[in-house]
Amino acid sequence: MTNALAYLRNTWRGLTAMRTALILLALLALGALPGALLPQRQLNAGKVSDYITEHGWWGRLLDTLQFYDVYASVWFSAIYVLLFISLVGCLTPRMFEYAKQARQQPVITPRNLARLPHHGTSTVDVAVDDVVEASRKRLRGWRMVVREEDDGARTISAERGYLRETGNLLFHFALLGLIVAFAFGKLFGYAGQVAVIANGSQFCNSGLFAYDSFTPGLKVDGTELDPFCIKVNDFKATYLPDGQANSFDTGVQYQTGADLNSDRWEPYDLRSNHPLRTAGDRVYLLGHGYAPQFTVTFPDGQTRTKAIQWNPSDLNTMLSSGTTTFDPPNTTDETELRKHQIAITGLFAPTAVFDGTLMSSIYPGANDPAVAVQVYEGDLGNNSGYAHNLFTIDQSMVEQGRLVQKAMKNLKLGQEIALPDGTKIKFDKALEFVGLQVSHDPSQDFVLVFAVLMLVGLMGSLAIKRRRLWLRVTPSGEGTVVEVGGLARTDQAGYGEEFTRLSAELLTGKKRDT
Amino acid sequence: MPVNETLARYSDWSYVSAVVVYVLAMVFYLVEQAMTKTRRQAARELTAVGGGSAEAVEVPAESVVVTRSPRADRFGRMGFSLNVLGVLLHAAAVILRGVATDRVPWGNMYEYGSAVCLFAVVGWLVLAKRFDIRRLSVWVLLPIVVLLFLGGTALYTPAAPVQPALQSYWLAIHVTAVSISSGLLLLPGVASLLYLFRAAYERNGRFAGFAARLPKAEVLDRLAYRVTVVGFPLFTFAIICGAIWAESAWGRFWGWDPKETCAFIAWVIYAVYLHARATAGWRGNRAAVINILGFASMVFNLFFINLVTSGLHSYAGVA
Ligand code: HEM
Repeated sequence: MTNALAYLRNTWRGLTAMRTALILLALLALGALPGALLPQRQLNAGKVSDYITEHGWWGRLLDTLQFYDVYASVWFSAIYVLLFISLVGCLTPRMFEYAKQARQQPVITPRNLARLPHHGTSTVDVAVDDVVEASRKRLRGWRMVVREEDDGARTISAERGYLRETGNLLFHFALLGLIVAFAFGKLFGYAGQVAVIANGSQFCNSGLFAYDSFTPGLKVDGTELDPFCIKVNDFKATYLPDGQANSFDTGVQYQTGADLNSDRWEPYDLRSNHPLRTAGDRVYLLGHGYAPQFTVTFPDGQTRTKAIQWNPSDLNTMLSSGTTTFDPPNTTDETELRKHQIAITGLFAPTAVFDGTLMSSIYPGANDPAVAVQVYEGDLGNNSGYAHNLFTIDQSMVEQGRLVQKAMKNLKLGQEIALPDGTKIKFDKALEFVGLQVSHDPSQDFVLVFAVLMLVGLMGSLAIKRRRLWLRVTPSGEGTVVEVGGLARTDQAGYGEEFTRLSAELLTGKKRDT
Repeated sequence: MPVNETLARYSDWSYVSAVVVYVLAMVFYLVEQAMTKTRRQAARELTAVGGGSAEAVEVPAESVVVTRSPRADRFGRMGFSLNVLGVLLHAAAVILRGVATDRVPWGNMYEYGSAVCLFAVVGWLVLAKRFDIRRLSVWVLLPIVVLLFLGGTALYTPAAPVQPALQSYWLAIHVTAVSISSGLLLLPGVASLLYLFRAAYERNGRFAGFAARLPKAEVLDRLAYRVTVVGFPLFTFAIICGAIWAESAWGRFWGWDPKETCAFIAWVIYAVYLHARATAGWRGNRAAVINILGFASMVFNLFFINLVTSGLHSYAGVA
């Protein structure tokens, strides 16, 4: 039993020692490093799977060791939890120590001031009491106490810079607070992405299904999202002649609360660096791109029109790739439907140039849009149970011969392509879409407050020096001997100059001239 | 807003001139060093070390007397004047770029590197004016000239407006703070590196030819510490501003983007440095090594993260 206690006590002592904190901090830096060097799931899951495939067993081993999820990994969490405990263990006794010291008088003057790192002495013909009085005035702002010694000498013990420890404690407690607030945000926050076509289409934050992708916090199940709706009316991008984007502007309208059941919409100008903050959420403009609109005229004369976002693969030219699919009209029979689905897949160029039939884009603005498409007919396989990639067709369906290429052509605005069965496909126009992100983090304001407190505490603890100064004034035959000694309690750096200045004045034994 | 091509050209000329003048200043500083005589004293001396404890310690190495002739001093002062001229040209290059593009002149890697170096040199001149450390100047200018050279060649980017993501007043706040703090933190990095040589020399006389001319290890250590305690809070401030900006630009204040991660690592390393210096057994060499690592992580962040990995911070503008 006592053994176990001793073990616990030793573990606790070891954990809360400065040296341990130092090593844990170093481990924290080291542990964070792989996250900067290896692809991370949370940032780009696609890159991670590519990386694993490329690196074989080594890639898989790293995966097992959670190297692609560094900041959620067991070992990274272990480091910061230990650091957290170590911090608490370090700080608690320091708090008590601090409270005690705040009530104590400066320590008694050492017998031999000459042994201190800073020291000076002089003989003046000013009375002892006057020297003490002058020095007391000069040391305003220092906490001090005057003492009488047995041989008639009088001493002043002075100390200042108590705020250093205040700053230090503030910094460390704010750090704890920041970590807690950060973790809270990870539990109760969420982020979701959705593409909305900028022709008056709407997005409502009513559930996970409304999003293209969604990252919930650990305690978020998507049932209690803050309701709001947003309508994207138009999108305007301007570019420099070399294709670099110069500005993005999105005209949106939104409604929250009671407005949701009415026709009332608030206008908002959504831009980069200018998110919409509403209903506890924030809506960001994080991307944009093109959505080519096609109209399909089926052999029986019926038409269908559709535009969905295509993926910009080159942000400088906005050359995009994607797939737009259609179901045949009036077909209720599932097998019949699966023989006549249509997929238009290929490239879109906002400003197209052609090298023979090979299309590319030279500018991101929609000066001369064109598409280079293949049209497939058959079974899209999009209810096969596998996750479906929005931008491509299912190649396995093609391989199985269930989805067959029927035509291939470059189309400019208004041009048509005809399939053998008489179906006609027209490229109507190029619409634009915006990539919106909705973010929710209930604790980010607290994180900011703690970060600012940390900074304030840090500045206090680095700029303020805890230093002591002693003065002994002794009557002697030739006059009054004044001795000054100084000691910086924290770091010596910088105290020397202050001491030299101060002691020069104190050693005169007189009041300041001013 | 179009770019004023004339001013942009003047900026480039200024930049090149600044580098040339810095190199000249280095030459003068080196001449001063060469003319500074070091004379070995075979006799062993007793020197007091440690925080005022009167205990005397025998220094095993021969001690060396450093004498600087008035002529050497003149070269040193001329070097310093050239250094000031260089910094004026450098500042002109940065300011002209800003006027030419009508925005803060640190929106891509070339401009950012130039600003970091400018702040480093300004910080250095202020220090060298106040303390007797001018003879370190050549070692400070060396990494700066290398960085400026790389910036002006491999990383050069013509003057242009910045993309929408950067059009925010946070560009002025965040990047100004980052570049000042990175510039300042270069100085402790150099001082700590020199500390290692000087401390080895003081311990057992190694690197005598070079380290004898350096200030005492204690001075180098203090220099590193005092600049770090200014640079580190500023760096902290810069990261907080980055986080605030990230919240309004990218939809979250912290997302472990490579540049964020690396900033975090650098921050933690400097925190380790400060703690190490307050812990018995870690002062001196170990603290110096940690400070060097801290600066290495800043350089790594600039080059590796900008050029090799891709993240949200990828607007280095390097083709
Ligand atoms: C938590 C968020 C952020 C952190 C921790 C952070 C950190 C840093 C650091 C350490 C540097 C200097 C690194 C180097 O040496 O290259 C830097 C530079 C820079 N940051 Fe940030 N930053 C953040 C957010 C942002 C945001 C949101 C933007 C703009 C959208 C931004 C724009 C820049 C620019 C333009 C530079 C300088 C140029 C460059 O290195 O290419 N930062 N940031």
